[in-house]
Amino acid sequence: MRRWRPADLLFWGGLALVTLVLSLASKQIGVATGWKWLTKFPKGWELHADRAISAAMKWLVEDAALGPLRFRDLTRLLSALVEAPYFVLRDFLIDGFQIGQGQQAVPVLPHVSWLVVVLGFGLLAHRAGGFRLAALVVASFLYLLLFGLWESAMVTLASVAIAVPLGVGLGILLGIAAFRFRWVDMALRPVLDLMQTVPVFAYLVPILFLFGFGAMSALVATIIYAMPPMVRITTLGLRGVPEEIVEAGRMSGCTPRQNLWKVRLPAARGMLMVGVNQVIMLTLNMVIIASMIGAGGLGYQVLTALRKLDVGAGVEAGFGIVILAVALDRLSQAIARRSPAVPAEGGWIARHPRSLALLAVLLVSYPLGALLPALNSFPESWQLSTGSFWQEVISWINLNLYDQIEAVKVFALTWVLVPVKLFLLGIPWVWGLVLAFAIPAKIGGWRLGLMGLAMASFIAASGLWPEAMITLYLCGVSVVIAMLIGVPLGVWAGQNAQANAVLTLVIDTLQTLPTFIYLIPVVMLFRVGDFSAMIAVVLYAVVPAVRYAAHGIRSIDSQLVEAGLVSGCTPRQLLWKVKLPLAMPSILLGLNQTIMLALSMLVITALVGTRDLGQEVYIALTKANVGKGVVAGLAVAFLAIMSDRIITAAVNRKRGEDHA
Amino acid sequence: MEQPIILECRNVWKLYGAQADSFLQTHGMQPTPEALRRANIVSAVRNVDVTIRKGEIFVIMGLSGSGKSTLVRCLARLIDSTAGEIRFEGRDLLAMSGPELIALRRHKMGMVFQHFALLPHLTALENAAFPLEVQGIDRKTRLERAMQVMELVGLKGRENRYPHELSGGQQQRVGIARSLIVEPDLWFLDEPFSALDPLIRREMQDELLRLQARLHKTIVFITHDFDEAIRLADRIAVMRDGAIVQTATPEELVLNPADDYVAEFTQHIPRAKVVRLGTAAKPLGPGPFAGDLTASLRVAEAADRIEAADLPFRVLAADGAPMGQIDGRTVIDILIGREVAR
Repeated sequence: MRRWRPADLLFWGGLALVTLVLSLASKQIGVATGWKWLTKFPKGWELHADRAISAAMKWLVEDAALGPLRFRDLTRLLSALVEAPYFVLRDFLIDGFQIGQGQQAVPVLPHVSWLVVVLGFGLLAHRAGGFRLAALVVASFLYLLLFGLWESAMVTLASVAIAVPLGVGLGILLGIAAFRFRWVDMALRPVLDLMQTVPVFAYLVPILFLFGFGAMSALVATIIYAMPPMVRITTLGLRGVPEEIVEAGRMSGCTPRQNLWKVRLPAARGMLMVGVNQVIMLTLNMVIIASMIGAGGLGYQVLTALRKLDVGAGVEAGFGIVILAVALDRLSQAIARRSPAVPAEGGWIARHPRSLALLAVLLVSYPLGALLPALNSFPESWQLSTGSFWQEVISWINLNLYDQIEAVKVFALTWVLVPVKLFLLGIPWVWGLVLAFAIPAKIGGWRLGLMGLAMASFIAASGLWPEAMITLYLCGVSVVIAMLIGVPLGVWAGQNAQANAVLTLVIDTLQTLPTFIYLIPVVMLFRVGDFSAMIAVVLYAVVPAVRYAAHGIRSIDSQLVEAGLVSGCTPRQLLWKVKLPLAMPSILLGLNQTIMLALSMLVITALVGTRDLGQEVYIALTKANVGKGVVAGLAVAFLAIMSDRIITAAVNRKRGEDHA
Repeated sequence: MEQPIILECRNVWKLYGAQADSFLQTHGMQPTPEALRRANIVSAVRNVDVTIRKGEIFVIMGLSGSGKSTLVRCLARLIDSTAGEIRFEGRDLLAMSGPELIALRRHKMGMVFQHFALLPHLTALENAAFPLEVQGIDRKTRLERAMQVMELVGLKGRENRYPHELSGGQQQRVGIARSLIVEPDLWFLDEPFSALDPLIRREMQDELLRLQARLHKTIVFITHDFDEAIRLADRIAVMRDGAIVQTATPEELVLNPADDYVAEFTQHIPRAKVVRLGTAAKPLGPGPFAGDLTASLRVAEAADRIEAADLPFRVLAADGAPMGQIDGRTVIDILIGREVAR
């Protein structure tokens, strides 16, 4: 374990002390000296980047042109290209094919029977992963049928089916470009950082301006959100191909192009499938937000339920998303793992029994569906609902546990949330800028310090300082609590296989649950406010804390543990003196992820009435104010990027010390 | 009768570090190790000359970090050397354009890698057929050809396995099949057996000798294992710190190591397994003789017969002319290392 050097101790201690004093006394100092600007950023100094961005957006949409081709035409063309397959798929799955528009529409072919869809996915799952997977997939689709979510689910499925290949394809192409050309890599890095840290709400408005309300906007937003990991993983995967394999390709006489497409890319297949999996999960994560700008589907069900505070419907539709996500996730993983089988003997018919059977059922289902309506649309009388059950659970809790919950809430507010909030808000922004330079500079060098200073200055100059402080406070408290809960659980799971099995299930579920779902029960139990926001954030952000801690403990070289044992460590000493120090880099990475998730969840908790940057973004969204949304979104992104850089620098420094 | 030269390189350097190229020029192409160290430049290959003749097994032997892998990559032009001249069948390898180099590799060169370097998404058969695939040869033809080489390396019946379903030895057989499918003139083997268990390694060495007896390739074989080098080589180049210390036949190496470094390797090698009768023979006496033995036989191979006979054997040169005689006493001297022959 590292000893504190006196100089470090002095630096951090002094910084904390000065900050505390300034925070407590800033009001008095401001009054005594008459320097109003000390506590409040002067209006006259504001940058008004938001207005410039709004104006630029307006110009882009209304006037921008490249020769005869106007920018707006370009986006419309793009929309048409992407929407065409989407609508064909939607017609096939749920809407039915029609000729003509609106009232004159003549139905040509009804939508496909639910039986065919279930059967199709079941057979695919069986081919990819055997009976167990097929059973899981069929059960998932049956859930959607039984709870009356079929139509919404099919709409969601159609958009996933378009967004995932697009996101994966674009991601791979960009990843290859970044791999081939250094300048692309350099240019893409900050863009990807922003794409992953700017809250989705911030770019919904510009997208709406460009593509209008509807499926296209939803698809674009989804792809922006889901693609970055694919780009990164592609570049990483291509770089990670063993040099020998590449040399084998060259010695086999590959041209550079062949070496990329036939050697590197297939050799990186495992990594690429991790990326595909990520894209699928993120796409489903976006389903609810996408429904705000016209995606419809399961997300829309959750959103309406949330607006009506209808717990039952919200939970059912939310689980629908989770179940769809889990089914597609397992399916894609099974397809990735399956080594391509040896082609069977015989003709085409003998080799494709499943495809043929499905085709036959498809053809038969259309005439049969006309005779049997139940085949066409799952009858309502067969459907279930647990809505009233959830409602009753909440009511019961509210009736019987109200005092206890209230006591916890008041305690947390009085002793934790409010003091931290006041402390952070009390720090004069000038000193805040000093801190924004000093802390990163101390940990990661003066360049990082300058970056922190620049980003903090941008936030201050946009007039968002108090909002940023509230974000920091909510995020900070939630992250600390999430780490306090998550790390011990992770350490436990890392050492105990049974605990690991249970916890993995729980955190997998927590992670696949769309962020919005957290809000429903939290609001029902704790009503709106900072405390509810904190609970929702902790629930969502605890996942990486657990996961990375468990991973860190598990990936310790067993020889080192054995070395500790033969040195006579008690289990307790083994944990504190061997395992935890070795797992520390991994735990810090978990902290990093926890902060990222907390920030992204915070924006969504704006819906339950916080007063932070997320609220600014959300207000901008409801007022369709491009500039304001983008600026507030950038502010959130800057907080995220800075915390990421600081932690990365700390991890690197720690590793450097360990090796030195 | 000297065989024609296949690969020849002169004054090859490979330096890593800032401004490695200009560094060589400013130091008159002969920088001292001290100068290199001062400039913070790593010399992976230093001023290497190699001549490889048709049909021989040329082994480059050196410990890890001696630069042998870098040298073989320079010879195959997988990496560009910093300075020097490399000629393949008389053509300047370093002057070749990208397409020329690709054409060369598609028809004249093959390479086997230490960690097999098989493509994980292809079956063993498809891996072996890969060089033909990139040439654009149709699937049926190339898989038929691949079947033939798979049979040659003794992997018939496992064509449709994926690399991860094969043992290390089997994977390397696939690697060998892949490198042989284009019928290369020059065959690079970069520590092909180092990643295998000792028993399998020995088996694969025998397999290589069997293949070579059939195919008569020109082989450049890299190893860090001196025993392996002795077993396989027609000639050995011993490398140390990027430079070649000595190039010689195994016999010369054992009998006349150029310096203490080489002697360190050779002193544990049983002489009888290396020394040939022609070298060990004493001047021809009046006879009578127990029989005739060819000069190229190793002492260990003929020891039983020589010791069992009461009379000495006559040693015949390659053209059949008697060149000396050998008796049991000489053989025993060599076997127990009592006295260095010659």
